[in-house]
Amino acid sequence: MSLGPMMQWMQSILHWVNVNLKANKGNVILVFSKGCLHAVSSIDGEVLWEKDLSAESIEVQQIIRPLGSDMIYAVGFVGSSQFDAYQINAKNGELVKHKSADFPDGFYGDLLLVSSDILVSLDATRTSLVTIDFQKGEIIFKKTHVSDIVDESFGTAVLLPSELSGMFAVRFNTLLVFIKVTIEGKLEVVDKITNAAAVSDALSFSEGQQAFALVEHVDRKILLTMKLVHDWNSDLLKESIAMDLQRGMVQKVFINTYIRTDRSQGFRALIVMEDHSLLLLQQGEIVWSREEGLASVIDVTTSELPVEKKGILVVKVEQSLFEWLKGHVLKLKGTLMLAGPEDIAAIQGMRLKSSEKSKMTRDHNGFWKLLIVLTKAGKLYALHTGDGRVVWSLLLPSLRESGSCKRPTGLSVYQWQVPHHHAMDENPSVLVVGRCRPNWDAPVALSFVDTYTGKELKSMGLIHSCAQVIPLPFTDSTEQRLHLLIDAEKHAHLYPRTSEAIGILQHEFSNIYWYSVEADNGIIRGHVLTSNCIGMVDEYCFTSRELWSIVFPSESEKIIATATRKLNEVVHTQAKAIADQDVMYKYISKNLLFVATSAPKASGEFGMAQPEESCLVVYLIDTVTGRILHRMTHHGSQGPVHAVLSENWVVYHYFNLRAHRYEMSVMEIYDQSWVDNKDVWKLVVGKHNLTSPISLYSRPAVVTKSQSYFFTHSVKAIAVTSTAKGITSKQLLIGTIGDQVLALDKRYLDPRRSLDPTQAEKEEGIIPLTDSLPIIPQSYVTHALNVEGLRGIVTLPAKLESTTLVFAYGVDIFFTRIAPSRTYDSLTEDFSYALLLLTIVALIAAIFVTWIMSERKELQEKWT
Amino acid sequence: MEKGKGVMVGGRRWAVDFTDNSTSPSRDIPDPPGFSRSSQDQDDSTLSRQKKDAESNWKSQKAWEVAQAPFKNLLMMGFMMWMAGSTVHLFSIGITFSALWQPISALQGVGKVFEPYKDSRVDLLGPKLLFIALNLGGLALGVWKLNTLGLLPTHASDWVFSLPPAQEVEHSGGGIPLC
Repeated sequence: MSLGPMMQWMQSILHWVNVNLKANKGNVILVFSKGCLHAVSSIDGEVLWEKDLSAESIEVQQIIRPLGSDMIYAVGFVGSSQFDAYQINAKNGELVKHKSADFPDGFYGDLLLVSSDILVSLDATRTSLVTIDFQKGEIIFKKTHVSDIVDESFGTAVLLPSELSGMFAVRFNTLLVFIKVTIEGKLEVVDKITNAAAVSDALSFSEGQQAFALVEHVDRKILLTMKLVHDWNSDLLKESIAMDLQRGMVQKVFINTYIRTDRSQGFRALIVMEDHSLLLLQQGEIVWSREEGLASVIDVTTSELPVEKKGILVVKVEQSLFEWLKGHVLKLKGTLMLAGPEDIAAIQGMRLKSSEKSKMTRDHNGFWKLLIVLTKAGKLYALHTGDGRVVWSLLLPSLRESGSCKRPTGLSVYQWQVPHHHAMDENPSVLVVGRCRPNWDAPVALSFVDTYTGKELKSMGLIHSCAQVIPLPFTDSTEQRLHLLIDAEKHAHLYPRTSEAIGILQHEFSNIYWYSVEADNGIIRGHVLTSNCIGMVDEYCFTSRELWSIVFPSESEKIIATATRKLNEVVHTQAKAIADQDVMYKYISKNLLFVATSAPKASGEFGMAQPEESCLVVYLIDTVTGRILHRMTHHGSQGPVHAVLSENWVVYHYFNLRAHRYEMSVMEIYDQSWVDNKDVWKLVVGKHNLTSPISLYSRPAVVTKSQSYFFTHSVKAIAVTSTAKGITSKQLLIGTIGDQVLALDKRYLDPRRSLDPTQAEKEEGIIPLTDSLPIIPQSYVTHALNVEGLRGIVTLPAKLESTTLVFAYGVDIFFTRIAPSRTYDSLTEDFSYALLLLTIVALIAAIFVTWIMSERKELQEKWT
Repeated sequence: MEKGKGVMVGGRRWAVDFTDNSTSPSRDIPDPPGFSRSSQDQDDSTLSRQKKDAESNWKSQKAWEVAQAPFKNLLMMGFMMWMAGSTVHLFSIGITFSALWQPISALQGVGKVFEPYKDSRVDLLGPKLLFIALNLGGLALGVWKLNTLGLLPTHASDWVFSLPPAQEVEHSGGGIPLC
């Protein structure tokens, strides 16, 4: 089975039940997907039988298997008010019985199995509970109004999906009500609990007893209570555990049992927190915890570490002296083999702590930084690049569920303030942009977070929506970067909201443009800021006017990928010397946009389109003037396209249907308008216009070169290395389908490669042309490791020009340091300084000895 | 020669001459063999003049020889440069720099080189000029070699390499709406 359909299948799993049918086939997993019930063997994945229910248009909510029976029941709703139950033989998928009944009030959608024959649901208004008895001859509905069983009215009810036999839990805002279903089918309130967070499923343990866990939040602690299902008043266990506030609320709890050393029954609970972290609780302690939130990274930015401050307090010195002494005693113990396991652990901990890697101050080479990572749970983490530890984490209040914000999502992180002038006494901060609802016209929420302390400095819940965030190339006097937020009505909102920022913006007002790519309509529009918003008393709001638009023919071209240059990319020079000391000028523009379009038919999966009808078109567009600088067609090719744009080149990866292979193409763009600058004397004197500011309206003449190569792997992400000054040669970092990161020299993707390069070209470093790109096993950046579910690669420059820091994220996160042209500007770690010192000392000694000897000899010669 | 004369004169001082034969030109005491009184004065002047002439001749000849010496050097350097080839490596760089250094050091020491041949009657201007010209030729050869190695900034690419890319007046941002 190919991976594509598999993934779709996985997404549509509704329910699964383990049925032990045949000894040789293990358990059977029942999957309901796309109106069809499948029975899948858990041993070899074989589909044992299928039952197509799509004709009935039933939405199966539950698959029920009564204990010890070969029958299964698939129950669900047809439309909003009809309840259907199918009785199916689990061995062969034969339909035994089909029952159906109408419920005129309609259902809300949830369906919960309370006992083997009773289901509970909510009616459409969510004010009444409905019990459904489906195993008797007829389906019997019984409606109970909430206010009949609970005295006060608490608004709408939500059924908790916990399976507690004979009982269920309903949540009314903060109140959790446990309701028992009696044998006669009546509902009885068992208990009401405020501040309850989560309830586990019931778990049977010795003597047919069933227990479940209930988690409550009390102050800064969580209270874990284990109760027997049938005996409400006795608590099996009551533990309170201090909990980090940054983990948020408990979302889910799972329990299991174990036998304690004293042969009594013990329980452990696994809880899932709001920040997606997992914790195992046992005997009132957190046994372990995992930051699973880091598996869903949305966006990454970086922050420098604090500058090392001179002058330490005396107390600190004394303390460190004591620590130092203690450390040495421990080490001595270790070398004399006297240390116990605790001591060894202490020694190891000390070694880790004292190593340069985990220092919380800026290092000389700029290797250690903070990675500021925003996750799907709305939590911000600061990871230390030295040892990968979490320095601080913050569950952003603006991205938590609240009354006004139902389903908040984090969008992106930007560097807000990067102090250079006041690096000693000002902390850098980041801007986190989030949104209340997933749709793009929802109001936006901004938070500003200090990257040293991890505290939220300021947050803004805003009225306007946000379609784009544009960091501008200007900073104010406190080094806060100016940002424009474009809302759904195409108004631009300026941040920070200060008059100084307005002054800076007004100064550059006519030179600020923005563009939007409407992938669904196949239009790219360019806009320019015009004036303040009309009819609003907001001086930070500006209107914009459409300047240009590029409309792609919808029947033949659909936008599938775009790429732009990274904002912080540094280019050392525009000139590129080629063989014979000739110069080519790179077309270096920050306003370059790469767009790839493909035939709508071929934009889906492979095999949907024939090579004749699929066609990939790539464009290079200047986003200020809307000028198409270059357009190229790849016939018989299709997406998905992964592209990276850097300096004056773009590299993209696509599938060639004719050759049945993946291809990578490179496109380089050169500026022709400066070619005349060849007079050496003018350059020596400085009479040239190479560094004077240019306007894109001057329409510089450009020329492009391109070349394509076969590439073996399919690709998940492409990135390029970036260095502090942009001098070091570049490497492409390719996230392969095997979840590894491959480094490929940009030299292999050079459009000037030819089959037979001349001597001069060889000297320049041009590699003879081959039809496919080599994959050198040693150049895997990830070595033997896999970055499971790789989604993105981020590169950051270190202070050392030769070195790039690479961060790859997916389900796993991976960080490393690479030097695309080797570390030419630093000595390797295994360099022997002792030998160097020894050589110097020996040389100095030799100089002295020979000097004395020559003096003596001269004197002797004078005497004779 | 002076010494001998002095001794002889001194010897005379020692002698007591009882007969005054200074008046008579003829003397009965013959001069010692190899000594001719008559030629002595005349010989002194002519001989020294001849000697000096020969010396200055020799000096100027030597000076011309010294002045021409760099020519051999030049040929040798040229041969070595030809052998070194036009690629940049240790040998070619070493040879080129020695080819540049030798003429420069020679030019610095022009006065010293011609010091031994300094004479009021010897005209050193010609040899000196030749020497300087030949060394300048050597220097030119070195520079030419440097250029063929590509180490001289004579191309546009050598001058534009340190220039930062031009700033753009306009600024644009945006993309696919965040979702």
